[in-house]
Amino acid sequence: MTLETVGFWVVAVVLLASSLAVVLTPNLFHAVLYLAAALVATGVVFLLLDQPFLFAVQLLLYAGGVVTIVVFAIMLTERLVGERLVQTSRHLVNGAIVAAAVFVGVAGFLIRAPLEAPHPFQSMDTTAAIGRALFGPFAITLELLGVLLVVALLGALYFARSEE
Amino acid sequence: MIGLSAYLTLAALVFSIGLFGVLTRRNAIGILLGIELMLNAVNINLVAFARFSGNVTGLVFTLFTISITVAEVAVGLAIVIAIFRVRRTVEADRLDLLRG
Repeated sequence: MTLETVGFWVVAVVLLASSLAVVLTPNLFHAVLYLAAALVATGVVFLLLDQPFLFAVQLLLYAGGVVTIVVFAIMLTERLVGERLVQTSRHLVNGAIVAAAVFVGVAGFLIRAPLEAPHPFQSMDTTAAIGRALFGPFAITLELLGVLLVVALLGALYFARSEE
Repeated sequence: MIGLSAYLTLAALVFSIGLFGVLTRRNAIGILLGIELMLNAVNINLVAFARFSGNVTGLVFTLFTISITVAEVAVGLAIVIAIFRVRRTVEADRLDLLRG
């Protein structure tokens, strides 16, 4: 049992448990907190895959940004509604059947797929490589992403504006 | 040594759990949380493939999906708040404004 193996199983258990809690807990606020735990666990998976830069991005954007936005949205809607946001679920059996069927389909594909032996690139500095790729072959995509973020910002402002 | 298929199986499990949440939640914000889980699983897949194939494109693509997801959450929650102002509810079953 190497350190990576132990780390993988610990992170896998944490990630799956918090993901299940996100979809099963009746309190919406608790669901967001479990989502934060799941997002951090995903970041640790990135660390296990030797990607510290993506781990930082995951923490900053997801666990920092998204969770904050969702908490704000819950507080806004909960305050206006004046009652606890206890959320109920419906079609539990049907949803479980569909989700299990999707997983079985993907797992069946994984079993049959010829996944070649891993040959990781440990000598390479991936952060520098990502930077070179972003401003080399993917420069136009990066610019378009900036346009998308501006459009999303304007759209969110438009939807959330006050009425006067 | 943890192989590629272990990461892919983990991602498939998280994706299925997220899909279950999207299908069963009544609250629109709860559905958005399920979508977040599904996108997260896709990111695990992208990073795992990039790591084990030695190709940096998957990592760049992961950065793009993370940014797009953040934009999607901002716009989605703004729509939820706007709908809540008009309809006083965020339950997906009761949001049938566009039904003919």
